[in-house]
Amino acid sequence: MRAGGGFGLGLGFFLIVTVLVPFGVGAEAGVLATIAPGILWVGALLSCLLSLDRIFQLDWEDGSLDLLATAPIPMESVVLAKAAAHWVTTGLPLTLAAPALGILLNLPGAAFGWLTLSLALGTPALSLIGAFGAALTVGLKRGGLLLSILVLPLYVPTLIFGAETVKRGAAGLAVETPLILLAAITLGTLALLPFAAAAAIRINLR
Amino acid sequence: MASIWEYANPRKFLATTDVVLPWVTALAAITLVAGLIWGFFFTPDDYKQGSTVKIIYLHVPSALMAINAWLMMLVASLIWLVRRHHVSALAARAAAPVGATFTLIALATGAIWGQPMWGTWWAWDPRLTSFLILFLFYLGYMALWQAVENPDTAADLTSVLCIVGSVFAVLSRYAVNFWNQGLHQGASLSLDREEHVADVFYYPLLVSIAGFVLLFIALVLLRTRTEIRARRLYALAARERMGQGAAG
Repeated sequence: MRAGGGFGLGLGFFLIVTVLVPFGVGAEAGVLATIAPGILWVGALLSCLLSLDRIFQLDWEDGSLDLLATAPIPMESVVLAKAAAHWVTTGLPLTLAAPALGILLNLPGAAFGWLTLSLALGTPALSLIGAFGAALTVGLKRGGLLLSILVLPLYVPTLIFGAETVKRGAAGLAVETPLILLAAITLGTLALLPFAAAAAIRINLR
Repeated sequence: MASIWEYANPRKFLATTDVVLPWVTALAAITLVAGLIWGFFFTPDDYKQGSTVKIIYLHVPSALMAINAWLMMLVASLIWLVRRHHVSALAARAAAPVGATFTLIALATGAIWGQPMWGTWWAWDPRLTSFLILFLFYLGYMALWQAVENPDTAADLTSVLCIVGSVFAVLSRYAVNFWNQGLHQGASLSLDREEHVADVFYYPLLVSIAGFVLLFIALVLLRTRTEIRARRLYALAARERMGQGAAG
């Protein structure tokens, strides 16, 4: 993925969303601590969404996607590489930045480790699902909005298990179940979605 | 022996549905009217819910058909991907707005019933939430059909979306169960249980469900016929443009 300004954009968006929330809901520390796990996960998810249309769009426009399609590596690997590149430029920085933003939202101390771990486990799924959405909409002129409509419902399970892990971590409860389910979603999307995304790209390149 | 795939021929499909459609429509109207009138006027009030129980005759059938419509779209999408029958892809496209409307009816009647009974229009109950997510899936599916210009590309892409969406819809169903406790009562009917709603509500409910199923079939047949004709117009217009291009 050639970032073209996308690299810092997601992080900046994440920061701004997190900073805006206390202005909206008030600065009371207890309230912020309660909603922090959800806000941080939703913020990370939306920041991920922001750069999805860049995964294939530029390559589509200048024709390098056609070259990649005729290259000796299968399209599935191309999708996997693109999703990995997206994760390195958005998911990974978001994971690393999230604890700092957790301080702003008064996240309980016990939850910081779980926040980092759940984002590290969950954001690859966000990138993979996003790559599938980007593959579906790659041929469209203004696919960005459609992309978010297609991808957001697909993000629901990841968000539920990710935010639940942090919430339980903050409350001092056992987090194994949501964490394992989150990892299962990531592994499942890793195993299956490259095939669906590659099929969508082949259809679009026809 | 005649194969079912004969009906995948648009001409054969149009000819057959031309005969079948009026009968299905009439049957749908009769069962729907019979079921609803029976349910609304000739069943007693529930001892706890009063007359609000009668919304069950709209709520349960539409909720049932909202899910079945998606299943039908999934099957039609698979048939399109495997056998490349255009009628199949068009039927999936035709079913989507009908299914979305059923989902909306289920959500709206649920809210209307929930206001007096639960004291709230909306609760983030797993079932309610799953239906809201299902509605979003329908929206995305229809939006993708609208957005892609080439009809075959659109059919392929929406089929892929439908398959992946089905997996995620099931996943979401179990995820929201995990996420929040339910307020919604158990299933009103099921195939593997003896326990249903009381018989006096059960039989008119079955008639209403039959009415909704027939209504769905009639609407999908009608809309598929429209889609086939729209596709023909598209082909004719394209041929016209090509002809002009060659002449000029």
